Amino acid sequence: MAIDYFGRMGGTSVRDASHVMFACDHYAPPTSDRTRAFHALMRAFAKQHGIMMHEVGDGISFQIATEQGRALPGHLVIGADSHTVTCGALGLFATGVGSSDLAAALVTGTVWLRVPETIRVTLTGALRPGVMAKDLALHLVGMVGADGANYQTLEFHGPGVRTLSLDDRLVVCNLGVEMDAKASIFPFDATTEEYLAPRTRERGTSVMSDDDAAFAREILIDLSAVTPRIARPHAPDNVTPLASAIGTAVQMVFIGTCTGGRISDLHAALAVLESLGGKVAPGVQLVVTPASREVAERARADGTLDGLQRAGAIITETGCGACCGTSGVIPGNGATVVSTANRNFKARMGNATASIYLASPAACAAAAATGRIVEVA
Amino acid sequence: MSANLTGRARRFGDNVNTDYIITSTRKRETLDETELARYLFETLDPAFAASVRAGDIIVAGRNFGCGSAMEIAATVILAAGIKAVLASSFSRTFYRNAVNNGLLPLVCETSNINEGDTLTIRSEHGAMFVRNTVSGAVTVAAPLPPVMEAILSAGGLVGFVLHSGRPVDPSTR
Repeated sequence: MAIDYFGRMGGTSVRDASHVMFACDHYAPPTSDRTRAFHALMRAFAKQHGIMMHEVGDGISFQIATEQGRALPGHLVIGADSHTVTCGALGLFATGVGSSDLAAALVTGTVWLRVPETIRVTLTGALRPGVMAKDLALHLVGMVGADGANYQTLEFHGPGVRTLSLDDRLVVCNLGVEMDAKASIFPFDATTEEYLAPRTRERGTSVMSDDDAAFAREILIDLSAVTPRIARPHAPDNVTPLASAIGTAVQMVFIGTCTGGRISDLHAALAVLESLGGKVAPGVQLVVTPASREVAERARADGTLDGLQRAGAIITETGCGACCGTSGVIPGNGATVVSTANRNFKARMGNATASIYLASPAACAAAAATGRIVEVA
Repeated sequence: MSANLTGRARRFGDNVNTDYIITSTRKRETLDETELARYLFETLDPAFAASVRAGDIIVAGRNFGCGSAMEIAATVILAAGIKAVLASSFSRTFYRNAVNNGLLPLVCETSNINEGDTLTIRSEHGAMFVRNTVSGAVTVAAPLPPVMEAILSAGGLVGFVLHSGRPVDPSTR
């Protein structure tokens, strides 16, 4: 991990600790001696070097950075998590790196990056009711493929951008890495400004390409033509219309993660559950994991968590949860899971015999209520 | 940088993600690479780890190492005694992690390499050649960017930072 590399690189002090944050998100809560010791080491290092430490329960690293005004338009953000690209929704360049690159940045305050080519995605129109940003993101992953944006940046342009909320943009950027994108970037606009206003007094500047820039590829998407999508086992780019999977029986539904655990996701999930009788179907386990403390507090204050719990959901500690099998609920043998997450690799959730489908929070909630993959009204 | 490796090809397909190299679930109990090497590629082939010999060379198709940026995916491969990965393309985070730890990632045509073929990797006249001693085919690998070469020559990013005091030596740009 980065702290080990830091020592091996001869690191004695962190170059600019005020620009660094740690988050205990993947093992939240820790379930083994090893992960408990890992958290203890993080705390000690953070204390020694004056680094902001986010504890178990605070949420997923880049979600916290987004909510707390740490990642701002125009920033260059690196994180030891491939989904760091999510922050690009705020109009900045954010990318995932490994532990050694992170350690080198702690030691030297610098990082080297190859300037990527850019794919311009132009959005027009608006998503239809029942179609969520997750459907748009899966649509794009299916179109571009698992390595279609390797070493490249995805930049979103066009009049459709302003129809997408900040939460929507975070989802789309998040799935960028499932196309291997180095970064996914939305422009800074009134939506970004409104989101950031209560969170920071700092002003940023957008980092979009010039109008006359040359692009590696142009993609045009009419948002009104996007339909509900689902990624079938065992690859995020194995995307088909949700309609093609109707009737598939499910035993576990997971609503959460850095893709589908934000307040708008939880609201959409509860609304769908209530419209379908308000109860989780017998034989289905519904696991809900808010992406951060802010999300959990809002969802508790407005009754969403209570509603989900009354419907039969298990509400777990905020963080990465069951997504990567490091903490949280692990699917049973042979279980079919439908999840709001971003990866459905075999064994991803900790059981190689489970089959994981990826869909929108609305589609996941509908599956929880009926025990099957169904159309979203 | 120079290379002189001979080893047995271990064949994989396209889009091998880092969870398939080492599943995250195993990381709950230990981060010791030698321990984790017992589970190398277990999701794809439970028998693989037991069959690995030091010096084996991983040969894959497109997009090797996609998914999570976890660095341990590169270091577990090294812990199994594997020094090089050949692929027709790599996911960027794995590529960086490999170079940063001294694991040689070579981009080259791999479709005509079969499981078990004996390969030699040699650097000559500034280029990297992969020779398949079974088929006799010789492939030239894509040259590594100068920054990558410099980091690999230092044995990885630790050596590079110790030597230069920063991750990028301006003279290598």
